[in-house]
Amino acid sequence: MRVPLSWLGEYVSLPSTVTAESVMAELVKVGLEEEGSHSYNLNGPIVVGEVLEFVEEPQTNGKTVRWCQVLVGKDDVRGIVCGARNFEVGDKVVVTLPGAVLPGDFKIAARSTYGHTSDGMIASARELGISDDHEGILRLKSIGLDPEVGTDALELLHLGDSAAEVNVTPDRGYCFSIRGIAREYSHATGASFTDPVSRVIPVETSGFEVQVDNSEPIRGVPGVTKFVTRVVRGVDASAPTPAWMMSRLKLAGMRSISVVVDITNYVMLELGQPIHAYDYSKLQSGFGVRRAKASEILETLDGNERKLHPEDLVIVDSSGPIGLAGVMGGASTEVSAQTTDLLIEAANFDGVSISRTARRHKLPSEAAKRFERGVDPKVAEFAAARVVALLEEFASGAAESLGSIFDESIEPASIFLPAEFAASLTGVNYAAEDIQVTLVKIGCQVKSSSDGFEVVPPSWRPDLTHKTDLVEEIARILGYDEIPSRLPVAPPGRGLTKKQKLRRLVANYLASSGQVEVLNYPFLTKEQNEYFSNSGSASVKLANPMQEEVNQLRLSLLPGLLEAAKRNLSRTLVDLSIYEMGLVFQAPVSADRVNLPSGTEKPSDSDLAKLQASVPIQPLMLGVLFVGDRVGQQVGRKSIRASYADAISLARNLGQMLSVDIVIEQSEPRGFHPGRSAVLKVKDQVIGFAGEIHPELARLNDLPRQVAVLEINLDVLFENVPETVVAADIYTYPAATQDLSMVLDIAIPAAQVLAAIKESAGELLEEVVLVDDFRGGNLENNQKSLTFALRFRAADRTLTQSEASQARDQAVAEANRRFGATLRA
Amino acid sequence: MSEKIEITASSVAAVVSDALKIIKSAQDLAALKSAKPATIGDGSPFAAMSAKLGKLPAADKATAGKLITEARATLNTAFSEREAHFYQLEQAAKLETERVDITAAPITQPIGARHPLSLLQEEIADVFVGMGWEIAEGPEVESEWFNFDSLNFDADHPARAMQDTFFVEPTEMHLVMRTHTSPVQVRSLLERDLPVYVLCPGRVFRTDELDATHTPVFHQVEGLAVDKGLTMADLKGTLEHFARIMFGPEAKIRLRPSFFPFTEPSAELDVWHPGAKGGARWVEWGGCGMVNPNVLRAAGVDPEIYTGFAFGMGIERTLMFRNDVKDMHDMVEADIRFSKQFGGVL
Repeated sequence: MRVPLSWLGEYVSLPSTVTAESVMAELVKVGLEEEGSHSYNLNGPIVVGEVLEFVEEPQTNGKTVRWCQVLVGKDDVRGIVCGARNFEVGDKVVVTLPGAVLPGDFKIAARSTYGHTSDGMIASARELGISDDHEGILRLKSIGLDPEVGTDALELLHLGDSAAEVNVTPDRGYCFSIRGIAREYSHATGASFTDPVSRVIPVETSGFEVQVDNSEPIRGVPGVTKFVTRVVRGVDASAPTPAWMMSRLKLAGMRSISVVVDITNYVMLELGQPIHAYDYSKLQSGFGVRRAKASEILETLDGNERKLHPEDLVIVDSSGPIGLAGVMGGASTEVSAQTTDLLIEAANFDGVSISRTARRHKLPSEAAKRFERGVDPKVAEFAAARVVALLEEFASGAAESLGSIFDESIEPASIFLPAEFAASLTGVNYAAEDIQVTLVKIGCQVKSSSDGFEVVPPSWRPDLTHKTDLVEEIARILGYDEIPSRLPVAPPGRGLTKKQKLRRLVANYLASSGQVEVLNYPFLTKEQNEYFSNSGSASVKLANPMQEEVNQLRLSLLPGLLEAAKRNLSRTLVDLSIYEMGLVFQAPVSADRVNLPSGTEKPSDSDLAKLQASVPIQPLMLGVLFVGDRVGQQVGRKSIRASYADAISLARNLGQMLSVDIVIEQSEPRGFHPGRSAVLKVKDQVIGFAGEIHPELARLNDLPRQVAVLEINLDVLFENVPETVVAADIYTYPAATQDLSMVLDIAIPAAQVLAAIKESAGELLEEVVLVDDFRGGNLENNQKSLTFALRFRAADRTLTQSEASQARDQAVAEANRRFGATLRA
Repeated sequence: MSEKIEITASSVAAVVSDALKIIKSAQDLAALKSAKPATIGDGSPFAAMSAKLGKLPAADKATAGKLITEARATLNTAFSEREAHFYQLEQAAKLETERVDITAAPITQPIGARHPLSLLQEEIADVFVGMGWEIAEGPEVESEWFNFDSLNFDADHPARAMQDTFFVEPTEMHLVMRTHTSPVQVRSLLERDLPVYVLCPGRVFRTDELDATHTPVFHQVEGLAVDKGLTMADLKGTLEHFARIMFGPEAKIRLRPSFFPFTEPSAELDVWHPGAKGGARWVEWGGCGMVNPNVLRAAGVDPEIYTGFAFGMGIERTLMFRNDVKDMHDMVEADIRFSKQFGGVL
C-alpha cells in the first residue's frame, strides 16, 4: 500500500518534519513493514508560463519545431524551442527553467538547438511524472487550471508530495486504505486520528431495484452481504481530474483515466471500499447479482471475452452478465466521455468467492485484493456518498435520491477475553485498564467484568475472531519490546538419534577422506531419471515444474552428481570426488484419490494412516562420484586416476566403519559399465551399486570416459548397524604368516575364493588379504593366479609353522573342491 | 711346535702396540672388520698370547693375568671406539643422501569438505540439543494436510495456488513439495508425548527462479516448543540464547508484529549482528510467534491446557549474512571451491 503523505495528513496529524521514511519507521512498529518511498523527483525552478507567440520552423529532418516566446514572470520572456504542436498562443504551460532537474537526473540548462538557444523546456505530463501522456505538452487549461504566470508549478500540481509504501499482511485488509493506515499511524505515534467516514453523511436513497440472489453460497457463505447503489445524473465525464487528485493517485500507484474512474479509485484508496461506476443509460432492467451460469460469457473492461464459471459472482441485467462482481466491470456498460448518468455500486462480496474468481480468470485487481482480505461492511454507504459528493464537486454531477441499500451483513460476534489470558500468552502482566484502553483504541467495544472483558471487534477487523487475536492486538499496540525474556527449561533430551549420529559420522568420514559435499536440486528429466533406474520404483512427477521437461523428482542421486561434475569440469575443475546425501522419491504403490480431512481438529487414526500412506517413500541415499585424478601428480609420485576401485573401496570402508558386512558382487546394473560394476548387499538385501558408469552415459553427459560412482541406501545401511559392538579378545602370542598362490579359472571372483579360505582355514586364521592377481606367463589363457597373505595366531600358545601350514592346506583343499583351484608350483 | 711366548709387561705392550697400529690404520668400517682377526679376534697375536696364560706356573699367573686383562680392555675399547666412529660417519653420509625438500612433500590423502549449509544446520542443531531439545525430520514431498490444512492455511489461502508451491501429479493426491519445515512440527506433535521441544531443519521448496537471493530449493530450521505455561517471554529467551551462541555475546534480538497463519501473536525476528561486515547492524532473520490454537487442535493438543511457541529462519540467508556469502548461486551450483574454502569450520 502506497500512502501519499498529504493524504495521510488529512486524517492523522503529522509532524512538520515528516518524511516517507519517518512514516515507515513508525508504521513498522505496529506491523506494517516498510517497502520503500516514492516521489516525483522534481526540482525547480519549474513555473507556469504563457505562450506569447511562436514561429513554426520546418527542419531538414522533416520535423517542424516551434520557436516560442514564453512569459514566465514579470517582464521575463524566454525563447524556448518546442517539438510539440498541440498548443496555441495564450496557453498556460509548465516551463522547466535552466537549473531544474527532472526524474532520471535530467538536468535542464539553456542549450543550443535547431539554430536557437532554448532557455528551458515546455514540459509534457510524462516528463513531469504525472501520467504517461506524451502526445504533446501539458496545457494547464486541459486540467481546468488557469493560474498566474510565474506560479510555482510543483505546488500548483502538488508534485512536491511523496508516498510511503508499506507491506500489508493478509490479516489486515483494512490497511489497504488511507483510513486504515492513518489509524495505525495514530496507534504507533499517539497522533490524533479523524476517521474519514466521519466527514461523510450518507443520505436515504431508494427506488432502484437490485435483485440479490444468494442461493448458492460457497463453503456456506453467501456471495453478497451488502449492496449499495446511487444514481448521479448530468455528469461531465470529460471534466478534468483535479491536479491534487491526479497527484495522489499517481503516487499511490494508479494511472489517471478519467474523472469518473479516478474518483472511484480515489475513494477506494481512501476508504478501502471498491467502487464500480456503470453508464446508467446502458443498463437494462433486471439489475442484480447472482452466480454465473455455466455457458455464460462476459466481455470485461480489458476487452477479453471470459467464459464464466458457475462459482463466479456476476452483476447482471436482463441482457445477461454485465460485470464480474468485485473483480472487473463489463465492457457493455462502461463509462465513456459521453456518459452523463451514472450508477455507483459499493458492495461487499465474499472474499473466498472473489479470490477464486480472480485466480480463475487471472485478474488480480485492486478491488479483488481488498475483497479477498475483507472490506468493512459498514463503509459501503459512506463510500458511495463520498463518490457522489466528489462527482458533484468535480464533474458537475447531481445527486439523486434514486438508489438502493441491501444489507445482510453480520455484526461481529462478541469475544470473551479472560482477565489473565493476555499475560498467559505474552508473559507481560498488563494492567486491566491498559487492555481496555488498547482494545477501545483499535475500535473494539469493550465491557469489563471481574473475570475479563466482553469484546466486540470493529466492523473493519474480520480477522479478530478469537481471544488469541485480541492478545496480538494488545501486545502489538503496547509494543513487543514490553515482553520480557525467559529461557524455558526443556525436559532432559535424548540427544541425536542413532540415524542422525550415523549420518554425521558418514558425512565427516567422506569429507575427511577426500570427498566434497554438493547439494543438488532434486528435479530431473524423464531421461535422466532412467539412467540408473535400478530400484524398480516409479518416479514422482510435478504438476507445475519450473521447466516443463524437468518435471520428475529424482529416483537416484547420481544424475544430479553427473550434472554437478559437468558444471565443475566446465570451470576447469577436472579432478573431482563429490558426494551428496539426500532423499530420493519413489511413487507410492497406491495412488487413490485423497480427501483431505479438516485442519481444525485432529483427524481420525484411519484418516491419518491414509494421509501417511499417500506420501511417497523417500529413502535417504548417499551418492558419490569420482572423475579425473584421485591423487594428482606430485613430487616423486605419479597421479592416481579415479576408478571403480575408489567406489568399491569406499563401500568397503563404510561397511568397516559401521560394523556392517557389505557384500560386493559383480553385477551389470543399468547405467553402469558392464564389466566394472558391483551390486552391494547387506544380508542378501540390495543396498546399492558401485563401479564405473557406462562410457556411453559419460559421453552423453560430456564427461571423460572413466567416471566412478557409488550409491547406497543409508536408511537400510543404518538399520543394519548393530546397537552395540561386542569386543573380541586380542591375542598376543606370536603369529605365523603364510603366502598362498592358487591357480584357478579366470571367471571365479576373488571374493568367493577369499570367503572359501576364511570359512575353511579354521579358527587360527586371523587375517587374509588378496595381494595379487597374476595372468599370463606360463598360465593358460583362461587361468589366473591369486595370491593371498594369511596370518595365523593361536589364543594360548606360539604357533608352529607346521600348524600354520596345516591350516593353509585345509584352505587349499576347500578352494580346490569349490573352484578346482590348485596350488601354484 | 709353537713359539715360546713370554708374558711380560714389554711383550704385552708390544702386541698391544702392534694391534693398535692396525686398528688405527683401518680407514673404514669394512677395513676395521677385516682387521679383527689380526688384532683382537681369534688367531690374533694377542689371542695367542692370552691362550698361554693357563700354562704359566701358578706363581706367575696373577701378574700375567692382570697384564692380559688390561691389554684386552685397551684393545676392545680402541676397536669399538674406532667402530663407533666409522658407524657415525657412515650414518651421517646415509642421512645426507636421504635428505628431501620437506616443503615439497606430496599430499598422500586429499581432504574433502562438508557443504557449509550442512555444517550450519549441525551447528544450530547442537545449540538446541544442548538445551535438551531433539531434532525432528520429515518427508520433503508432503501431504497438503500436513503442509497447509493442519497449519491453519485455509483451503483458499493464496499459497495453495500454483504460483508458489510445487504440486505433485496427480493433484487429486494432494501432495506438495513442502514449502516450509512446519509440517514436521505437526508430525512431531502427533507422534511425540507432551511436552515437545523439537528443532526441525531441512530442505524446502518454492517456485522461485534462481537468482542472487532466491532459489527454488533451500533450507530452513524451525523450532517448536509446546508445554504448559509457555509465553512469548520463553520465545524471546530462547531466541536470545540462540542468537548469542550464533553471533556472539553482544547479539540481541528484536520482534516486530507480523502475520503467519500458524502463529498468533506473530512476529518478524531481527537479530543484532555484532560481527556484520561493514559494522554491527540489525538483520532480518526469520519469523516466530505463539502457536495458533487451531494448529494445536489439528495435532490433538488441547490449547486450553498447553501453549507453544515456534520460530523459523532460512539457513541460506543466515549463511549469507553470517559468512558474507554474496550470491545464492554459490550455494547451489556444486562448485567444489565453495565448500572447500570453509574446510570444516564455519
